[in-house]
Amino acid sequence: MSGLQDLKKNLFGGTTTVGRQFGMIFTLVAIVLLFEVLTDGLTLTSGNLIAVVSQYSYILILAIGMLMVIVAGHIDLSVGSVAAFVGIVVAKSIAHFGIPWPLGIVLGLVVGALIGAWQGFWVAYVGVPAFIVTLAGMLLFRGGNQFIGNADTVPVPEGFRTIGAGYLPEVGPATGYNNLTLLLGLIGCLAVAWREWQSRKTRQEMGAAPAPLWISGLRLAVMVGVIVFATLRFAGGRVGTSLPVSGIILIGLVLIYSFYTRNTVSGRRIYAVGGNARAAELSGVKLQRVNFFVMCNMGILAALAGMIFVARSAASGPQDGLSWELDAIAAVFIGGAAVSGGLGTVSGSIVGGLVMALLNNGLQLMGVGVDLVQMIKGLVLLLAVAIDVYNKSQGRFSIIDSLTRPFRRAEVPAAVPAADAPRQNDKTPAAS
Amino acid sequence: MPMPDRDAPVLLEMRDITKTFPGVKALADVNLVVNEGEIHAICGENGAGKSTLMKVLSGVYPYGDYSGEIRYRGVEARFADIRASENAGIVIIHQELALIPGMSITENIFLGNEPRTGLAIDWKTAQRRALELMKLVGLKEDPDTLIKDIGVGKQQLIEIAKAFAKDVKLLILDEPTAALNESDSRQLLDLLRDFRTQGITSIIISHKLNEIEAVADQITILRDGKTIETLDVLADGVNEDRIVRGMVGRDMSSRFPDYTPNIGEVFFEVRDWTVRHPITDRLVTKHANFSVRRGEVVGFAGLMGAGRTELAMSLFGRSYGTWLGGQVFKDGREIRLRTVSEAIEHGLAYVSEDRKAIGLNLLDDIKTSIVAAKPAKVAHHGVIDEVAEHQAAESYRQELRIKTPSVDEGVSKLSGGNQQKVVLAKWMFSDPDLLILDEPTRGIDVGAKFEIYGIIHKLAEEGKGVVVISSELPELIGLCDRIYTVFEGTITGEVVRAEADPERLMKQMTTTKKTA
Repeated sequence: MSGLQDLKKNLFGGTTTVGRQFGMIFTLVAIVLLFEVLTDGLTLTSGNLIAVVSQYSYILILAIGMLMVIVAGHIDLSVGSVAAFVGIVVAKSIAHFGIPWPLGIVLGLVVGALIGAWQGFWVAYVGVPAFIVTLAGMLLFRGGNQFIGNADTVPVPEGFRTIGAGYLPEVGPATGYNNLTLLLGLIGCLAVAWREWQSRKTRQEMGAAPAPLWISGLRLAVMVGVIVFATLRFAGGRVGTSLPVSGIILIGLVLIYSFYTRNTVSGRRIYAVGGNARAAELSGVKLQRVNFFVMCNMGILAALAGMIFVARSAASGPQDGLSWELDAIAAVFIGGAAVSGGLGTVSGSIVGGLVMALLNNGLQLMGVGVDLVQMIKGLVLLLAVAIDVYNKSQGRFSIIDSLTRPFRRAEVPAAVPAADAPRQNDKTPAAS
Repeated sequence: MPMPDRDAPVLLEMRDITKTFPGVKALADVNLVVNEGEIHAICGENGAGKSTLMKVLSGVYPYGDYSGEIRYRGVEARFADIRASENAGIVIIHQELALIPGMSITENIFLGNEPRTGLAIDWKTAQRRALELMKLVGLKEDPDTLIKDIGVGKQQLIEIAKAFAKDVKLLILDEPTAALNESDSRQLLDLLRDFRTQGITSIIISHKLNEIEAVADQITILRDGKTIETLDVLADGVNEDRIVRGMVGRDMSSRFPDYTPNIGEVFFEVRDWTVRHPITDRLVTKHANFSVRRGEVVGFAGLMGAGRTELAMSLFGRSYGTWLGGQVFKDGREIRLRTVSEAIEHGLAYVSEDRKAIGLNLLDDIKTSIVAAKPAKVAHHGVIDEVAEHQAAESYRQELRIKTPSVDEGVSKLSGGNQQKVVLAKWMFSDPDLLILDEPTRGIDVGAKFEIYGIIHKLAEEGKGVVVISSELPELIGLCDRIYTVFEGTITGEVVRAEADPERLMKQMTTTKKTA
């Protein structure tokens, strides 16, 4: 097996969606580098990166929930309206009834859960298509926002603003960096190293050959490099800034939901339902429960996103959350989820969301107008899904494969029969 | 009854038709001669090649896709598609009706064939002609009635009216009475006889041998993709037994592994089980009683649509139809199987007949598929233990000899036989006491079949009960210790291995009469 194939197979783990994720990360890096050049280095400055995170974290949070909804085979058009509705309820409750802001956050999450349960009820137990239920919800909760807020803006107190506009405090010795961000970066590096070690151990326990050591080393080096670079950028901004609190919430959610969707029994059921609902049902999966859960969960995450946005803009208004659903859905599809359900990952959706965010940001930095930005974003979405559809018709996806296909075609007839492949794998030296 | 003209000219001759699919020869040198103005029946077991032959005739498999010659009305016919055969007057009416439920009778009759004046559809003419055509098939309905508002029997008649709208010379009916009740069936058969007096030729494919015996002039029997014989009903003194002999007479030795059963006491019993079709009020299972012993392989024989799958799925957590009554006992105690998870908990496993549509999630990899029915076995507090999952899947890969480089591969990449092994592994992993295998060898090659028979025997040796539903009689006879026969939702008989022979089974599978 050639080094290139080893690299491709092992760099980003060993699942069937590897190729697609690899392609997305490839695209993300290309976009970052492109804009870094086009904007004369403005893209990767501390100030800009911090702005990007605080400006897009709520979209990415929505994308997590949306991914699960789409994997289960549904769609949610109401998230923007739900976010706006929760925002106004929370802002009003704090401003007019004087409830403390932490309680306001809890209230917001409860309202989000109730809305999600409402929509989940119609989708799962009545069987109304989610497209219709959430289209209704979109109107219902947009109107609800304006009804409660009298189509006016309602400010939120200082403490509440932390979740949207807050930064980590400055503590410890003056290093010229935000120390807590540095600490987070260090934890991140250690976690990545531990995880790599764990996955090697797991593969050994399975009796499968772990990836060659140099691959592990390279993968670790790349990831640690990215973390160190990001840490220094986020810690090294204007004094008083750091990795935004909303970014930390996002990272926490990504970790939790990645684990949930990948490693738990109930997380997998979502994929089973989206992949083949009838087969899942005949395997003992309770369809209604799964469908109810994904819709309900989406409501909670939409509520959180709404509150973060309100906190960031210091007030809740009637135009909050307009067309967020489209950004979230775009992120999920760009991130490789299948339109028909059953496929997609949280990390892929985050990468998809980042592609959109950096594209937006880069074009803005270049002074491109909103009109053109929208047109470009539309084309990117179309192109990304078109590539996905095309690859599905070809039965595979991999950027590297597509680049090298003309050269490798000659090898195909000589390929070993499938049954012999494991022996081939075993022969790959563990360290080389 | 008017007699068909014995010296009638040949309308259709199919000569040496051979059609292969990758790896399978579906038809081998099949010959069929149909005279003008007769009713010609084609008989054979499921998979004998009847439908394939009709698809060749109607142009579904176009000229060039098969070898051999079709002569129709004296000249060689080379149909490129269905439209070409329809233009020549050959119309096929499939088992699944091709009607659009939300459209009216008139709209359906003329769908794709609408009478026009200029660009606009001439609804007045359509209406008038629809009424004429309906009269022709003996149907009295308002032509504006929606298809979904009339019964299946009438829908079948609409299909035939639709065929007449296209100026039919040769009418092909594939299982026309499968979904009909007795009086509707009789009406349809009478209609075919009427057509015969008008000189219209029909080919009828049916599993209901009594109907064939009653209506057909000639019967061509297919078996394993070959023409076995063509019987002249009047001249040859054909009866049902004669047809059955032609359909099943084959050598059945050495297709099954050696095995000595070790059968224990009855542990699973179903009493008075009755299930209604999910939409119509037809009963798909009528007061079914059966039992399974430990270590026993029990077969369910029946023709397509007899209600075997419906019975199995309704037992498995009420996955089909509406449960109307009946009890299930396991080890002497009544158990409730209201949901699939309850059924799994009580040790039931159901391997479905259509593994791609409802048996597997084709997006999944092998290991996830194998643990899918009981993921809790490889999880701690809801978190999957990847090592345990991998090891479980790996042990089944070796035990069932699933041909794959690794259990991380997607199931969609496997061959049919290996996919079936994955489904079997999935249900073996769920620790069942009773496995219901619905057509476990459908669409897989002979080698894999043999292996799956071996797995079934092994499961029985472990003391599990195995129920096998199969449309292949030799398979049931070779595999099962006891066979129940099912006809139109009723269990019509029970035959032990020593007394099982295809003719007896086929007879019980095609009649409502209970035999001892």
